Amino acid sequence: MTRYFTKDHEWIAVEGSEATVGITHYAQSQLGDITFVEVPAIHATVGKGDSASVVDSVKAASDVYAPVSGTVTAVNAALEDQPELVNSEAEGEGWLWKMTLSDPAELAGLMDEAAYQTFVAEL
Amino acid sequence: MNEINPSGWRPALGAGSVPREIETFTGNRALQLEEALLFEIGAADRSGVDFDDVPDFDLSALGPNARKAAPDLPGLSEPETVRHYTRLSRQNYAIDLGVFPLGSCTMKHNPRLDEKVARMPGFADVHPLQPVQTVQGALSAINELAVWLVKLTGMHGVAMTPKAGAHGELCGLLCIRAALEAKGDPREVILVPESAHGTNPATAAFAGYRVENIPATADGRVDVAALTARLGPDVAGVMITNPNTCGLFERDLKVIADAVHAVGGYVYCDGANFNAIVGRVRPGDLGVDAMHINLHKTFSTPHGGGGPGSGPVVLSEALAPFGPLPFTSRQADGSIKLIEEEDAHLEHPQAFGRLCAFHGQMGMYTRALAYILSHGADGLRQVSGDAVLNANYVLRSLDDVLDAPFGPAGHCMHEALFSDDGFADGFSTLDLAKGLIDEGYHPMTVYFPLVVHGAMLIEPTETESKAGLDQFIGAMRSLAERAVAGDEMLKSAPHLAPRRRLDETLAARKPKLVYKDA
Repeated sequence: MTRYFTKDHEWIAVEGSEATVGITHYAQSQLGDITFVEVPAIHATVGKGDSASVVDSVKAASDVYAPVSGTVTAVNAALEDQPELVNSEAEGEGWLWKMTLSDPAELAGLMDEAAYQTFVAEL
Repeated sequence: MNEINPSGWRPALGAGSVPREIETFTGNRALQLEEALLFEIGAADRSGVDFDDVPDFDLSALGPNARKAAPDLPGLSEPETVRHYTRLSRQNYAIDLGVFPLGSCTMKHNPRLDEKVARMPGFADVHPLQPVQTVQGALSAINELAVWLVKLTGMHGVAMTPKAGAHGELCGLLCIRAALEAKGDPREVILVPESAHGTNPATAAFAGYRVENIPATADGRVDVAALTARLGPDVAGVMITNPNTCGLFERDLKVIADAVHAVGGYVYCDGANFNAIVGRVRPGDLGVDAMHINLHKTFSTPHGGGGPGSGPVVLSEALAPFGPLPFTSRQADGSIKLIEEEDAHLEHPQAFGRLCAFHGQMGMYTRALAYILSHGADGLRQVSGDAVLNANYVLRSLDDVLDAPFGPAGHCMHEALFSDDGFADGFSTLDLAKGLIDEGYHPMTVYFPLVVHGAMLIEPTETESKAGLDQFIGAMRSLAERAVAGDEMLKSAPHLAPRRRLDETLAARKPKLVYKDA
């Protein structure tokens, strides 16, 4: 499994043609306490960079963009009752949706973990 | 810097001379009165009114809608009701109590003259279905206000009926849509810069457009290069807030407008911050095609009281033919005619439709017209001058203790923007805002705009005196120093409010919507 990161602070963990998407630990720390997560519809088709989900925190409502193009296959139902999972385990149990990739070549434009950490350190 | 309560009306308390917490039987603390819920005060068998016994009534006429039991509503006497709301209002903050520094909201004094005019029976007691010949005075007031708004903005026409800022945005975008469809060139995309008001993308989406964001430059303005690079035959228009939500004037608006027009698009300007430029800049001269004016902000009608709002939209020559019905038109004999659907084919055949059942918010029109006439052209010019001067006074009085990200680049317009850069570890904008409650102020706007970390947006408005601002600035300086020094007491503020810091996270995650479990 390989994990990639975007400049908008999403992560995507890819295994074959399947991937899991969430927001980064840094993103949740900037948003503060998450109060509500609106996940995409299962079977929804998303394009790279499309707003696919919305995360509400005590500070703001923020769009979450699809890191790559594809089709949503599952969403994290636990977030309905426990949006705080995004705070406590942003890059684990706090995942937002799973998707299939329509163009794996798009992954080449994303950052790996080391590059993302450097990117965040410079913010 | 002035100290708080410089008049000394409150006797200084010697340290330890009076216990901080005195228990009272009622839970009240002198004039700070506890208040229960209406459901806890009232009772179903009580009423403020004596009703006659209901004569025999055939309930079968109601069919299945007939109630099986009395509604579970509390009955209260008139004094109980009056006291309930008066007590609650004393726990609240209001513009009539002090500085209300909410950025982007323009909380300013409402001149009492305007209130008096709005209550005149000829304006307050008319009905929208009255024959037009019996309400010529009221229609004439609408028409005169329309003339002023067109003149102040340098535009061609105005749609008076929209009932708030966002409603005005929708009106403007529907005009753009109608104009493009009339040319047989419907387009798909509206561009919205990051420095625009948050309602803009929502409006564009509601009007059926796809929204694309345009980034801001490091100095807080629209990235003109990025915007012009995105322009093309699919772009219906651009929505720009000017002055923008960073409190900055978009200096390149004319350049942007020319570029948008060159590709056949239209320019919508969010005029919510018109109070910063009224009497000095005419948006029509900058190439704007449509702009709403928040009468309830710029022209001093009640804001923040839950409405009503009023958001007339001024329109360029290109868009004016598409404005919604109804509107007023002065006839050769001086009378005012109301142009409705019946006459539209003669005078206004391309109207996109209508937004309101009737003519808009009469009470807002009369307040705004009274405000404009009592200020006069020179007074309106001074309004924007004082609003900008006050904001810059706040900016420069605080920029040595608070980080002002756009401060070094020059003046601000009507609001001053600060960030939380420099606070001690673990201290946030929220802590400073809660501390402001202890100092007797409503907090400023926090965490907006999003382009600045831990944003604090302060709009003092033109109606605050220097003395009032100095006291507010003194409170802000004290709080900023405490946040920088890491004063732990600030993290649990407010300490002196009717309620301590509430758990906003829990309230949002698990809201309790009933006062007791059934």
